Amino acid sequence: MSDNLPAVVHEICQAHGGDRTRLMDIVRAMQQKFGCVSGPAMELLAKELSIHRVEIESLVSFYSFLSTRPKGQVVIRLCNDVIDQMAGADEVARAFEEELGIKFGQTTPDGKISLEYTACIGMCDQVPAALVNDVVVTELSTDAARRIVRELRKHGDPTRLVTRHGDGCNGHELVRAMVMNNIRQRGSIIFTPTNRGEAIRKALAITPAEVIRAVKTARLRGRGGAGFPTGMKWEFTRAAGGEQRCVLCNADEGEPGTFKDRVLLTEMPDRVFAGMTIAGYAIGADEGILYLRGEYAYLRAYLEQILAKRRQDNLLGNNILGKRAFKFDLRIQMGAGAYICGEETALISSCEGLRGDPKNRPPFPAQKGYLGRPTVVNNVETLCCVTKILEEGPATFAEFGSQGSTGTKLLSISGDCRSRGVFEVPFGIKLSEVLKLAGGEDAIAVQVGGASGQMVAREEFNRTICYDDLATGGSLMVFGPERNVLEVADKFMAFFVEESCGYCTPCRVGNVLLKDRLERITAGCGEPADLEYLQELGTTVKTMSRCGLGQTSANPILTTLKNFRATYNALVKKRGDGRQPAFDLAAAVAEAETIIGRKSTHAHA
Amino acid sequence: MSSTIEFTINGKDITGRPGQTVLEAAQDAGVYIPRLCYMRGLAAFGACRVCTVLVNGRPQAACTQTVAPGMVVENNTEKMTAFRRNLIDMLFVEGNHFCMFCEKSGNCELQALAYRFGIAAPKYPYMFQPREVDMSHGDVFIDRNRCVLCGRCVRASRDVDGKHVFDFVGRGLHKRIAVNAEALLGDTELAVTDKAAEACPVGAIVKKRVGYAVPVGQRLYDHKPIGSEIESTAL
Repeated sequence: MSDNLPAVVHEICQAHGGDRTRLMDIVRAMQQKFGCVSGPAMELLAKELSIHRVEIESLVSFYSFLSTRPKGQVVIRLCNDVIDQMAGADEVARAFEEELGIKFGQTTPDGKISLEYTACIGMCDQVPAALVNDVVVTELSTDAARRIVRELRKHGDPTRLVTRHGDGCNGHELVRAMVMNNIRQRGSIIFTPTNRGEAIRKALAITPAEVIRAVKTARLRGRGGAGFPTGMKWEFTRAAGGEQRCVLCNADEGEPGTFKDRVLLTEMPDRVFAGMTIAGYAIGADEGILYLRGEYAYLRAYLEQILAKRRQDNLLGNNILGKRAFKFDLRIQMGAGAYICGEETALISSCEGLRGDPKNRPPFPAQKGYLGRPTVVNNVETLCCVTKILEEGPATFAEFGSQGSTGTKLLSISGDCRSRGVFEVPFGIKLSEVLKLAGGEDAIAVQVGGASGQMVAREEFNRTICYDDLATGGSLMVFGPERNVLEVADKFMAFFVEESCGYCTPCRVGNVLLKDRLERITAGCGEPADLEYLQELGTTVKTMSRCGLGQTSANPILTTLKNFRATYNALVKKRGDGRQPAFDLAAAVAEAETIIGRKSTHAHA
Repeated sequence: MSSTIEFTINGKDITGRPGQTVLEAAQDAGVYIPRLCYMRGLAAFGACRVCTVLVNGRPQAACTQTVAPGMVVENNTEKMTAFRRNLIDMLFVEGNHFCMFCEKSGNCELQALAYRFGIAAPKYPYMFQPREVDMSHGDVFIDRNRCVLCGRCVRASRDVDGKHVFDFVGRGLHKRIAVNAEALLGDTELAVTDKAAEACPVGAIVKKRVGYAVPVGQRLYDHKPIGSEIESTAL
């Protein structure tokens, strides 16, 4: 295999035009072929692309689906987010370990199977779930885990693990996934029948400025979480100088507990692509990129086919629908396992073939984004809304929802409720009503907005889902009476520690310190002063961090401190003996006791 | 466009130039904004966050924020100083910094910031992470125990020296400085005369054999706190 390494490297680089900015695709192809991007491979790639080896190492070491050391031909990645763990992911993990005879982070001695944990893979409504290479396996049991290992040992082909197909287009010949859509409630905007091509036709009949005005009249705001007015974003981008502009669709749906973009890409990709095309027309861009998270690689071939069809039907390409001088096309950029790439400037870095480090702002993407071009980054759901606004007019769109939050919102609901899946609800709906819809009335807490969102207590279930109250990208994790909210917060902190890019001090270091102190408290070793410590440290991380990840990563602690203070207070205690509660004298002297061969009378008094 | 931009820092009127950063405009006016990853002549980086100020009430890194007319900047407020002290504390517990054994002591910007902020010992628990030392190069060594991931060596080598000897690998707490070779600095093109060899604010990238050429007691920050060289130019 190593003999043909130079030839393969050459071939892969050539297939991407020897373009350094396509490094993500290049190293992904290497990883797929060789199970790693080895030292010699990095040397060859660097020569081929006229860059430095350390630049490639820098990128490869950033993404969790890439590695410099060989992995097994098959990699099992078990999702270890809190919802999966509540559904028994730990037992499934033990079953995988026992059946494989290895621990997490290891590869079987024959080099065939690696076992790893991964962060939320967007399957919280069908947990526990795992990725086996690109294949998604859901609703795992310990038996299923053992069966998967036995089958892989027999034939080594993850695609043969799929014996039943999910609903809707999950059964499409290019998807063939056991993933379920679980669309529980259809509303008036998103889950509605569509007339392919109509929105673009209507957009092209008016001027770009009028398209932007329509989006502004509809008062559409971003559905990814931040809620920036879409029309304004487009206007800024159009007004920015330069020859080339770009439309990016953020399909890096990594916020724990959210999966609605996966459903949109499965069931209505045409509407997403139409939205991108309309955005391109509005801002004057002829190029677009759909950034698809690595976890959704199983959708790629299907989406490529949809794009090919759109090109055939003149919905992409030159002179779209006969409109002279309007051309627009797009490509799919695969991610490789990094939550931070959902941050729009990190997403741009990744598209440019770099580590997924966020960029300094200003300049904002609207001024200087992808490859320095004015760039619009929109969420999948936002673009679906755009298509609907052009199809039916802004007034119809704005009829739904509330004044500051028009239209509907897709919620991804998971956890302790009877009906898990995607719900399309009008903005302004009360959290308690949502819980009734999902059959989660018993909840003691709901995490709204994913790990970076807020933990809402029962007393506040009358709050409403909208930009002015409970703003959310759509993740709702429901926690029943038997759950410990501080353990949930601890899991979220573990997630942020794992996913921090490490660029800035407060996020890189502060989250680790926060998690350590929270652990001390949940272990019953906390003292009242620890709560002040958490508050002050959390505020430092929130205020001083460079991007949205760090600015929200302390939220699991800050919002539980605010809304579940009694839970903390019950755990912390002052000790009368002058020692810190976390100090365990018996443990501290244990080693010395072994050496001298007798027990300390003080330590065991 | 007007050739000057008027704004205020803690109520003091400052005149900057279009395109200038808050940090540099302040510096020209004799106002010191504490910083660590910033280095004049290198591209702004915004990683240490020590220079964070409030711009019209919102936190922004002064090294990346450009000046705008009428901007209201808050620098040395009690609140911002507390946040900055926390960041310095974090850097001390993240690495393994033993000032008393470090050849950089007295010339070290991290140490000098700690003294300026009155930090005698960090309030956070030490992490004691194992870090690699690389002595393979004839003239320069890397002690990653002391690295604060400021990226000054990365930018200096890439943008000034044109070599790209250094870059970051890993993410989160596993992020570290790597070299453009299989493993060792000795296998790179780094020359002792490179900008990258003198860009380090701490004792992570150090020239060999000159560590004590200037005796302790006569070093940069031994007598006056860091930043006083800027503040002494104030009108």
